[in-house]
Amino acid sequence: MKTVSEVRRSLPRAAWWVACLCVSVVVLQPLYVMISQSLKSTSEATQSPPTRYPHGISADNYEALGNTGSVGIWTHVGNSLFVSIGATLLTVVLATLAGYGFAKLRFVGSGVLFFLILATFMIPFQAVITPLFSILHTLGLNNSLTGLVLVYTTFQLPLGIFLMRNSFAALPASIEEAALIDGCGYVSAMVRVMLPVAVPGLISTALFTFFTSWNEFFAALVLVTDEAKFTLPVTLTVLASNQLGALNWGIMQAGVAVTAIPCIVLYLVLQRYYVAGLVAGAVK
Amino acid sequence: MATTTVASPPRARPAVPRRRLTQARRRQFVGLALVSPALLVVFVFFLLPLGMTFWMSLHDWPLLGEHTWVGLGNYTKALSDDTWLDSVVFTLKYTLFVTPLLFVAALALAVLVNRPGRPARVFQTVFFLPVVIGFAAAAYLWLYLAQPGLGPLNAMVGDGESNWFATSTSALVTVVLMVIWKMTGMQMILLLSGLQSIPAELTEAARIDGAGPWKSFRYVTLPLLRPTLALVLVFSVAGSLLAFDQFFIMTAGGPSNSTITAVYQIYRTSFINFDLGYGAALSAMLMVVLAAVSAVQMLLLRKTDFS
Repeated sequence: MKTVSEVRRSLPRAAWWVACLCVSVVVLQPLYVMISQSLKSTSEATQSPPTRYPHGISADNYEALGNTGSVGIWTHVGNSLFVSIGATLLTVVLATLAGYGFAKLRFVGSGVLFFLILATFMIPFQAVITPLFSILHTLGLNNSLTGLVLVYTTFQLPLGIFLMRNSFAALPASIEEAALIDGCGYVSAMVRVMLPVAVPGLISTALFTFFTSWNEFFAALVLVTDEAKFTLPVTLTVLASNQLGALNWGIMQAGVAVTAIPCIVLYLVLQRYYVAGLVAGAVK
Repeated sequence: MATTTVASPPRARPAVPRRRLTQARRRQFVGLALVSPALLVVFVFFLLPLGMTFWMSLHDWPLLGEHTWVGLGNYTKALSDDTWLDSVVFTLKYTLFVTPLLFVAALALAVLVNRPGRPARVFQTVFFLPVVIGFAAAAYLWLYLAQPGLGPLNAMVGDGESNWFATSTSALVTVVLMVIWKMTGMQMILLLSGLQSIPAELTEAARIDGAGPWKSFRYVTLPLLRPTLALVLVFSVAGSLLAFDQFFIMTAGGPSNSTITAVYQIYRTSFINFDLGYGAALSAMLMVVLAAVSAVQMLLLRKTDFS
């Protein structure tokens, strides 16, 4: 009798584990296919029906990535790093300054300006891409990675300013006053006293900008036309179109892995900040 | 405040307010200076293009050469442009298809992983994983999974040989599967934060009053979750209306241009045909719809306690 009731009590728990593990398999299976396909040898990668796991690990596909397209994958990794890190640094600096200004140093019209910046939330860049293209053309920033950095910064700034303003506003005014009395100026009060406390908001802002810039496809496709300057997501279209007719899916998945794995690693390391920023930004 | 200065000598009085005033002014000035770099960027790369969208939409504006004023000509043209109207209808179809599926999947997962303890946290992390992969990478991954004759998913679910991109409906279903795989985790996390903000005493009280798990979910949890549900729905609709990457990569708009979304059509107008004026007019129309969706979002948020 005792064992029956024990079994009955542990049933829901077992069902929970089964359900969660099943969903995990569905979620992880495509990622497994991506990695296993990229590690197959060239002949195995094109086998039909596909093999379930690589018979012998091979770096063929990753080596081939180096020679695909006109400049090789490393230039594209470099382009992506330049754009993502550039946009992240610029967004963090501008959002910190503006967030502090909006939170602690209110001026006439600051409320209106804050609302104006938040309005950028409402209209995504897909809707203004046509004139954006013309403006970058006029500024001589068409087909340039710097132009892309500025565009990504613009559309990440509202979230960044919002998160940083909230971080600063949550701190009591007495901390800032103490710093000012001790002889700090406004800017050094911000950098030395307030900023360390606002670091979680800062990391969330940086992570979001990095992920968005690394993965962004549409603006990168439209605003950069020179293949040597493509970022990784757009480079994937080159991998797909180069081998006419017989697409090599091993090389393709190696390209996908190079694009996706840095994000997965970064997320696993810093997920606490990522999820916190996501939730805070969503319920703005 | 003023009464505390009674003890100070009379001659010091005028000095104190003046110093305060200049300090307040200095404070304002520093505030403006800190905000201005961000303002400059937002002005040049957002407000200016926003204004220009409407200006360009009133012109015939080729990439090179003269612009000519056409008034509302581009808009009247759009209203009878079958390619554009088809893309609008397809975008709505996609949105109506993907939104409820995503929503139900995300709610189920959120309820599933809403537990204390390490295993639940690990599963939250796993389910969220596809969200951090970009749309382009995810689309190319699923393009392979669905390939006839090669793709593991095609071999597993179908006969392995049928081309899922051959008909408009099966292509749409394949893209929707990819989007569900990639986006469910995002909505799950938002719904989970909503679930966790509901005090445990309330569901406990319902249980003591004799409500089963389903009844307490239906009559206690769901009503309290309403602001989060609304928020997630609005996000999902706005995101779906802007769909581009997944169709550009997985279907290339085919078969026979039947899976072209609104943003895709804007892309083709502005950057394939270089008809920038007409592209701007189409953008302006999309913007009005998005602004309406955002307005709904604002209204919903007003009613919550978050602000």
